[in-house]
Amino acid sequence: MTIAEKILARASGRKQVSPGEIVEAKVDVTMAHDLTAPLAIEALEGMGVKRVWDPSKVVIVLDHQAPATTLELAKDHIMLRKFVEDNRIPNFCDVDQGICHEVVPEMGFALPGRLVVGADSHSCTYGALGCFATGVGSTDMAAIFATGKLWFRVPESMLFKISGKLRNRVAPKDIILKIIGDVGVDGATYRAAEFIGDGIKHITVAGRMTMCNMGVEMGAKTAIVPPDRLTREYLKGRARGKYKEVFSDRDAEYASKSTYDVSKLEPQVACPHRVDNVRSVREVQGIEVDQAFLGSCTNGRLEDLVEAAKVMKGKKVAKGVRMIVSPASREVYVDALNAGVIQRLVNAGAIVESPACAACMGCHVGILGPGEVSISSSNRNFKGRQGSPDAYVYLASPATVAASAVKGKITDPRDV
Amino acid sequence: MSRAWVFGNDVSTDDIIAGRYLIKHDPRELGTHAMENIDPAFSKKIKPGDVIVGGKNFGCGSSREQAPITLKAAGISAVVAESFARIFYRNSINQGLPVMTCPRVRSGFKNLNEIKVDLKSGTVRNVSAGKVFKAEPFPDFILEILKDGGLIPYLKRKGAIKSGK
Repeated sequence: MTIAEKILARASGRKQVSPGEIVEAKVDVTMAHDLTAPLAIEALEGMGVKRVWDPSKVVIVLDHQAPATTLELAKDHIMLRKFVEDNRIPNFCDVDQGICHEVVPEMGFALPGRLVVGADSHSCTYGALGCFATGVGSTDMAAIFATGKLWFRVPESMLFKISGKLRNRVAPKDIILKIIGDVGVDGATYRAAEFIGDGIKHITVAGRMTMCNMGVEMGAKTAIVPPDRLTREYLKGRARGKYKEVFSDRDAEYASKSTYDVSKLEPQVACPHRVDNVRSVREVQGIEVDQAFLGSCTNGRLEDLVEAAKVMKGKKVAKGVRMIVSPASREVYVDALNAGVIQRLVNAGAIVESPACAACMGCHVGILGPGEVSISSSNRNFKGRQGSPDAYVYLASPATVAASAVKGKITDPRDV
Repeated sequence: MSRAWVFGNDVSTDDIIAGRYLIKHDPRELGTHAMENIDPAFSKKIKPGDVIVGGKNFGCGSSREQAPITLKAAGISAVVAESFARIFYRNSINQGLPVMTCPRVRSGFKNLNEIKVDLKSGTVRNVSAGKVFKAEPFPDFILEILKDGGLIPYLKRKGAIKSGK
């Protein structure tokens, strides 16, 4: 069996499962945020259920438009705080903590071998720590709130073997963009993506999160990196409870296997309006940008901010460009402050926003107007994603975002 | 009479309902913004019972369950597409919006063709063009969920939900 199959087998109390089977599995941890929890709670009330099945296994995060950006949302936040209080949910992240997909791992809830389900499509991020993590909608979340269980179709797995070491200023984001460009936006639909190989050993947990985060952009149900030394180091002092590492068997069956030698990989960019419309930065360099966004659950971590600050060293954000930085969490923010990174970014001309989903999804700070162009470290460039349907979003690594911010046009970070 | 509205591949949940409207709780209000990215006037063109015909990977992207809620509230009675993204598919069934996977359906329809969808047999008919398409039929329990108008009314009717602890 693959890791994905083993975790679903364990969670559904079976010895063996195979792709295509439907299993009812016990969920180890569940997460919902300010845009998905209200509907889930409404559904829960619709069922006549007053209490969640196990408050210690529920994480509620206010992050998508935090602090509240409208009166309607302020009311939702009040309702969610009351829900948390009534249910005595100990793991509540109010508007001051950051993005769900950063705080859930930081809080030690994403553990090898666990089944983690979030009411957000990018919940697959947690697979960077060797768990089976997937996103669902609000009614499914309500079913989990009520019973702690949900049905799943056991996915086929796709194996991606990463070999070689990335060159300077080429990032894990470039690897995942390259893969999505090859696989297509629906090439992994209903499947589990498993990333292995000596190349992965060189990639930090933060970089693995970037890669797993975007698994859903090729349709994947989950994306997993087998646990190793770096996983254990990350979890030291964080892990909530004991965990058992799970690995794929040697004879595990895969729907496909592919190998990526990343040692010669160039910086990549996903062009409007599709995540699989991927080119090398060199091919599209020179396109003028109005906004550069550094942040999101894809690339708002400390190493992302550090990399951007390195690229921007001694330079300023170009005239006419708005550079928005939002650290992924309070922890990242504090670490970046202590490392002097925030100061360097601000001195270079960046606007620093509080940790939240920010400019990623067009309903908080940094909304794009008609005809505007954004270079963004986030995960989606759909039409209208960051504001106007007539705006253009290019997705790239933090280094490429930083290089483009200082040049005012899409720029290969090796040219700065 | 139901009419078809034809869309392309990879219609995202951002297309179906943009992020900035997710704070709205009234389904009718959400419905007025359906497919706004692609066609700002779309919600005004729909007559209750109309059907969306899509290409591949319909409903990709965000897990927002407001997407099927929006389409239902706008008057759409079913979505027939060549394939669906996973979360949207589950959410639609849970909301009682029939979503039928039907190979090669997209090129078989033009806007405003008369369409007839039979959930039980999985038959999709282009009445205007005299063409018939075969969708994957639903298992019985999903037909029941759809008939009840979603997972929650279904579970309630089955008495599967015990009231709070």
